[in-house]
Amino acid sequence: MSSDRTRLAGGTALLVAGLALAQAAFAQRTDIVVGMGLEPPHLDPTTAAAAAIDEVVYANLFEGLTRFAPDGSIQPALAESWDISEDGTVYTFRLHEGVTFHDGSTLDAQDVKFSLDRARSEDSTNAQKGLFAGIEDVTVVDPLTVQITLDQPDGGFLFSMAWGDAVIVAEETADAAKTAPVGTGPFRFENWVQGDRIELVKYPDYWGDPVALDRAVFKFISDSTAAFAAMMAGDVDTFPIFPAPENLAQFEADPRFRVIVGSTEGETILSTNNKQPPFDDPKVRQALAHAIDRQAVIDGAMFGYGTPIGTHFAPHHPAYLDLKATSAHDPDKARALLAEAGYADGFTTTLKLPPPSYARRGGEIIAAQLREVGIETEITNVEWAQWLEQVFRGKDFGLTIVSHTEPMDIGIYANPDYYFQYDNPDFQSLMDALRAEADPEARTALLQQAQTIIAEDFVNGYLFQLAKSGVADARIEGLWENAPTQANDLTGVRWTE
Amino acid sequence: MIGADPQTGTGGAPGGGAAAFAGLWIGAALVGLFVAAALLSFVWTPYDVTRIDVAAKLQGPSAAHWFGTDHFGRDLFSMIMVGARTSLAVALVAVGIGMGVGVPLGLTAAALRGGWLDELIMRANDLVFAFPALLIAVMITAVFGPSAFNAILAIGIFNIPVFARLTRGAALGYWQLDFIRAAQVCGKGRARISVEHVLPNLFNILIVQGTIQFSLGILAEAGLSYVGLGAQPPLPSWGRMLAESQTMFSFAPHLALFPGLSILLAVLGLNLLGDGLRDRLDPRRGLAP
Repeated sequence: MSSDRTRLAGGTALLVAGLALAQAAFAQRTDIVVGMGLEPPHLDPTTAAAAAIDEVVYANLFEGLTRFAPDGSIQPALAESWDISEDGTVYTFRLHEGVTFHDGSTLDAQDVKFSLDRARSEDSTNAQKGLFAGIEDVTVVDPLTVQITLDQPDGGFLFSMAWGDAVIVAEETADAAKTAPVGTGPFRFENWVQGDRIELVKYPDYWGDPVALDRAVFKFISDSTAAFAAMMAGDVDTFPIFPAPENLAQFEADPRFRVIVGSTEGETILSTNNKQPPFDDPKVRQALAHAIDRQAVIDGAMFGYGTPIGTHFAPHHPAYLDLKATSAHDPDKARALLAEAGYADGFTTTLKLPPPSYARRGGEIIAAQLREVGIETEITNVEWAQWLEQVFRGKDFGLTIVSHTEPMDIGIYANPDYYFQYDNPDFQSLMDALRAEADPEARTALLQQAQTIIAEDFVNGYLFQLAKSGVADARIEGLWENAPTQANDLTGVRWTE
Repeated sequence: MIGADPQTGTGGAPGGGAAAFAGLWIGAALVGLFVAAALLSFVWTPYDVTRIDVAAKLQGPSAAHWFGTDHFGRDLFSMIMVGARTSLAVALVAVGIGMGVGVPLGLTAAALRGGWLDELIMRANDLVFAFPALLIAVMITAVFGPSAFNAILAIGIFNIPVFARLTRGAALGYWQLDFIRAAQVCGKGRARISVEHVLPNLFNILIVQGTIQFSLGILAEAGLSYVGLGAQPPLPSWGRMLAESQTMFSFAPHLALFPGLSILLAVLGLNLLGDGLRDRLDPRRGLAP
């Protein structure tokens, strides 16, 4: 009898303690559910271009020698500090001490050498091999020092090393990274329910500042209506890139939420197949450019979110040149140019549209604008897999709309095999000169020259810089406002109450 | 969805009287309204449906825009009119395919009752029937790409077994009757008897079934367009208008209301018309003309 009572009392005490714990947990949440529109194909950022991979793993799971800060500047990450030789070709990185991978092994210079050699090797499947093209040699000086020799000075090298494609992996675990990624970040991979979510948990032995969150879940919701419902119901705590801009006004009116609008590196363009007639004629491309009313596309497709651009460059970048006037909306001029090019009666072309609303809605608006000057478009809505197959790899398209979200990616215009097939030797040599230039002012001049060349060649229709329009629970702080790279960096995220 | 049982219509009792009569006329009026709107849209709409005027977006109904404007500032009333054309055209051609292929198959099967060809035709029909229509439509569009034409094809294929079964069942009954036997005794071939004596007696039930299938065709087109497999932009389609209105429903309900009502009224009209015609025309209802 008495033992029963003791047990009962003990049980009550436990219950009370449990309640207290629950209350404490309620007061300060340490988990977060991040909504994303697209699910990554796998989790290895060093072997694929998909933005969704970096949006899960960048800074959370994997780290590089350097990293992007929220404002786009380059900060040290695994490298504590570095020296650059007098002639700008030798970088000596000193690594942080006591950095461990999630499997318990220690990070040393050998891992850095392995990662960089793997990325730049002949059979590398890295999506951004260009980042490593200038590396001539990687030498291990001692376990915490690594020396990288470049074939010529590269002012953008520290920037290149901050990309998600340049993260450091260990030789033993690199091959399994697609499904079981092992990095050095503050979160380690726990679980992936295909088609639904990826779960990360705090890595207790993280070398840097400990994170506030114990658990991060990335939930994949491709349907805008479902995304709206999930936010409203509280099933998702934040949707950093909300798929339906038309709903942001409703979130703004609701005190439970905070709408976060910032800039991205996404130049949204009417991509034009420069090798396919009639677009091989610069006059036709110029006519296309003058037929487009950018502001109408931004207002109609993005509900006003987005900054018009006149070239393939982010407006928030210091070297940006405003070239919108070169391709100002002028339907009469467009018609005259078409007549000059021999298309007085217009022509018909294809317009292939991937799923995001900037493309689907923007496409309908642009089709209407082109019709005004006599260009008929056959619209085909395609899924991403088809887009990659037909447009990106097959180059079977006349026009398409897509946002190029990599930072500082004007270099793609130097690759004549890139899907829009722009082939201009002048531009290519300009990019070579840029790579060799380390002086910031000279670099800016070269970048502005590059922007001008592609704007005046009307390579593509330059529409707008994609806004990062997201929504979050008002009690969350530390989310990135801008997106200097593709990432959902959770290292500074915490609940305020 | 597409292959309805011909016997599940909700028609009144034989000779249902004034109510059935009213249904017939209400149905005819609704259908007439949409047909008129569709025909008129060829020569006139209040606004150009492909003209985008973003400054005028998301306006509610007004004197200038009777049904308001959509997120691109296009006139919703004009879009509904052209959308009616899309819906009716798709449904009409699809029912045409179903009848054009299904009726001869059904007549052949009935004429050769019990033979291997009868067996082959009917089992092939069962096979098509066994697949959900939308699934096959998705497969067709995955192979050939989404378009109004492929939507017609997909819906048309699923109308074939409906008409083949109906025709066979009804024709079998006639093959037992004396006037057919008399024609056989006179030496007429089975094919000729099917065309000259059986088919004319099936016209009534085929018209009734055609009307029902027509309404199901409109629903199917709306469904395919809703998931993006029907008519492609910029051609307006009721189903796609509904899909696009989805995220804006909470602040611009008129975007969903008008296409939704159009689908509802068109299908209701066709069903009322079909039931009314059944009561008037179907010999099995005891009101043979």
